[in-house]
Amino acid sequence: MSATERDPAPPRQAPPLAVQRAQAERLAQAWKQPRGWRYWSAVNNTTVGVWYTGATFVFFLFGGALAMLMRTQLAVPDNDFLSPDLYNQVFTLHGSIMMFLFAVPVFEAASILFLPAMLGARELPFPRLSAYGFWGFAVGGSFLCASIFFDAAPRGGWFMYPPLTTAYQPGVGADIWLLGFSFIEVAAIAAAVELIVGALKCRAPGMRVNLIPLYGWYILVAAAMVLFAFPALIAGTILLELERAFAWPFFDPARGGDPLLWQHLFWIFGHPEVYIIFLPSIALVAMIVPTFARAPMVGYGFIVLAAVGTGFLSFGLWVHHMYTTGLPGISLGIFSAASAAVAIPTGVQFFCFIATLLAGRVTRSVPLLYVLGGLATFVLGGLTGVMVAVAPFDFQAHDTYFVVGHFHSVLIGGTLFPVVAGLYYFFPLVNGKRLSDRLGRVAFWLMFIGFNVTFLPMHFTGLRGLARRVFTYPEGLGFDVLNLVSSAGAFVLAAGILVVAWDVVRPKGRQPYAERNLWGAGTLEWLQEMPGKAWGVRSIPEIDHRYPLWDQPNVVRDVDEGRFYLPDAEEGKREMIVTTPIDARPTQCLRVPGPSYITLLAAVFTAGIFIFPTYKLWWPMAISAALALGTILVWLWTGTAAIPEKEEKNVGLGLTLPLYVSGSASVGWWAMFITMLGIMSAFVSLVFAYFFYWTIHEDFPPDPSPGPGVFWPAVGAGLLLAAWALTSLARRWNRQDRAAAFYTGVLSASGLAVAGAAALLAGPWVTGLDPASHVYPAIVWLLVIWTVLHVALGLVMQLYCLARRIAGRMTARHDIDIANVALFWHFVLLTAVVTVLVIAGFPLVA
Amino acid sequence: MRRSPAEPPERGESLWRLTSAPVIWAVHFMLSYATAAVWCAKLTAHGSLHGARIAIASYTVVALVGIGVAGWVGWERHTFRGATLPHDFDSPADRHRFLGFAMLLLAGLSAVATVFTALAAVFIETCR
Repeated sequence: MSATERDPAPPRQAPPLAVQRAQAERLAQAWKQPRGWRYWSAVNNTTVGVWYTGATFVFFLFGGALAMLMRTQLAVPDNDFLSPDLYNQVFTLHGSIMMFLFAVPVFEAASILFLPAMLGARELPFPRLSAYGFWGFAVGGSFLCASIFFDAAPRGGWFMYPPLTTAYQPGVGADIWLLGFSFIEVAAIAAAVELIVGALKCRAPGMRVNLIPLYGWYILVAAAMVLFAFPALIAGTILLELERAFAWPFFDPARGGDPLLWQHLFWIFGHPEVYIIFLPSIALVAMIVPTFARAPMVGYGFIVLAAVGTGFLSFGLWVHHMYTTGLPGISLGIFSAASAAVAIPTGVQFFCFIATLLAGRVTRSVPLLYVLGGLATFVLGGLTGVMVAVAPFDFQAHDTYFVVGHFHSVLIGGTLFPVVAGLYYFFPLVNGKRLSDRLGRVAFWLMFIGFNVTFLPMHFTGLRGLARRVFTYPEGLGFDVLNLVSSAGAFVLAAGILVVAWDVVRPKGRQPYAERNLWGAGTLEWLQEMPGKAWGVRSIPEIDHRYPLWDQPNVVRDVDEGRFYLPDAEEGKREMIVTTPIDARPTQCLRVPGPSYITLLAAVFTAGIFIFPTYKLWWPMAISAALALGTILVWLWTGTAAIPEKEEKNVGLGLTLPLYVSGSASVGWWAMFITMLGIMSAFVSLVFAYFFYWTIHEDFPPDPSPGPGVFWPAVGAGLLLAAWALTSLARRWNRQDRAAAFYTGVLSASGLAVAGAAALLAGPWVTGLDPASHVYPAIVWLLVIWTVLHVALGLVMQLYCLARRIAGRMTARHDIDIANVALFWHFVLLTAVVTVLVIAGFPLVA
Repeated sequence: MRRSPAEPPERGESLWRLTSAPVIWAVHFMLSYATAAVWCAKLTAHGSLHGARIAIASYTVVALVGIGVAGWVGWERHTFRGATLPHDFDSPADRHRFLGFAMLLLAGLSAVATVFTALAAVFIETCR
């Protein structure tokens, strides 16, 4: 062990009982959950996680009810149970809800709920961000679901292809989809940032990267994928909404646009999304299998390979949704190759699971039943996936029920069954009560049989030629019996799901609490007492093994008796330990905020920014935006980067940690960095759009160039470069406690930022580029506006730092704010430089 | 490297490095796709893919060399001081070996995926 290594063992003697009781009392007080109507101000991950997970299941049931409507309509030929228009709304909402309101958020919700416990942490680093994400999700999701009751739901399919959604659907449905899901995506990205920082920085001391529970690896990969996949859709959404609202012709071929661009952007998001859904579900399997095999996972390193490898390869598959769009054969070949390659890591983890089950002594249980059913179903769907990865086969199967059968096998086998397995497995951690084994088994067989009866025939319906998304079919074409069987199966499947739902909501008052660690698992979340305490773990253990509850003697006793870190809350604050990403060396005692309504308010106002424009209510939108900005500023001002009453704190086991760190040591800096990676990937998508137009047009950018010229963009870039430099210097001057220099620097930087933004706008303005006339001016304007919005945000941040320092909330030593703002400005500069190089530089060389 | 007396320090490690081989695959993939797309849209006269295929072949050679280096580095770390799997001890050395092993596996997968991509250019000769 080198000098920096510390691996303390818990003390031989427990603290005296009286001390233990007093500590527990103080901890309980600090983590006390608000009661009565204040309950809804809670931000604790164990509370928000339950709301979040519960909301996703409510949306799931709603989406399922829509599926039942579809199956009823399709049960017999020439049916008129649903009108064609309503059918369009039903299948669009069904797909959209299942993907955006269930499959992705359920992973984030469950991770908010359980990830900290698995990592031995008390909380995630930004509890209020989780709450904000949840409220945004709940408001936005309800708005979307409600639209169908007003005959206003989107009708364009869950992928909203233009020109169907631009030229042929004048109602607000498409706008509801575009704006509503943008909002949900923002919430999803917020949760992803939280989970990444949580997995990297909030593990219990000693939990090195080779000891992380596999769930943590999967979540890290899936959250990172959210960060790079969702922004592509947000970028596409911006383009499509600008076309719908202001006639900017991004997808209109008559004015230089191209609908295929939407398909690219949508599927750059859409295909990774399948794996964003799948990996966290398989993560549940990776937690459940070792428990019931009574053996550690075989091939831990191979599972990490599978998670990371799938994460990468899944970004190379998007064109396999576009095989029939007339791309050159070589493009299809390249994507077909990647589509086949991704089967390798996917298969590897399955062999690890099988090997673990073979190596261990398997105990039968309801969660394992769902796991095995899910794996079998997923393998079936995976194999048909390899079939449709082959382009010539896909030419035949494209847009038929074969594809419907394929992806429901993948999604239900790869996600729904594991999620229900997780529900049966983890439910006792929620309220201390077990779900019923008997109901679980009944539900499983209903679901498993129902699923296969529904979706197996669909492969044949599809091969016989029934197209997706048609509201009915004529009699006697060979679809009748198959469809009737599918519909019957769907009701059996639904019955199974209702049994699960009943098991969850049935009153359990008289049922005794489950015993602690009832399944005999080895990972830390099972430290929890039954029922759980708001504080999470009584003291934060030092980790020496992958399965601490199996391999660390007396760990439960030592945790309970407060022999590890942070057994107390002397100052009455909610505290957790921040550690380094590789070896989980403790670096900070982080204080996290408690209950607040501000997150709810901020989410409601943010919702206004997305909901009002749906109805072209621009003034309410502007007011809502101002209120959202104000609320978020109040939230930041009162709730973040607070200067502690002392510099350091003894956290136990002879360790003293700082209470305040800034720069790259702080979790806020990490969150800013990770968020900006996501925002940059949205920007890359916009730049991709510019070059996409270049590849499809002979005269793009037009020659001679109508604008924006070189002069104004260059001036803008120069001014922003100066603003960036001064912001960075201001950070240094603040550090050196040179107040006058700091104030002058920040004020000058703000002035330069305003001037730089104005100069950037002047480029397309003075050359008279009209964004509605052709796609070239439209994309130039969009890149400029994108950059200017970032500068505006940077300006608010600069002024915020100014005010913080004046108010004494930021000092030379306590400089989280300016450190994070300086980091933000690096990205502003990068955005500005790339924008200028593209809009002013590329026309010179093209 | 193998004879290093001290425990491998944390600051010598990085999760970014773990992703080096898949990043090379991704760059190779994007370059191959973009080259073929731009070639077919802008550069070819008669729909021949000849130039793009040569370009993709050369990317593949460079990419496989890079992935090979990543795999070799991974192997060196995986076998650090001769310990064997499963690398699950609570020590800097086993963390070092684990990261090396994951890097090695990812290099293997990336190499296969890169060859898969290149095969498309082996079998397809035109822009049709």
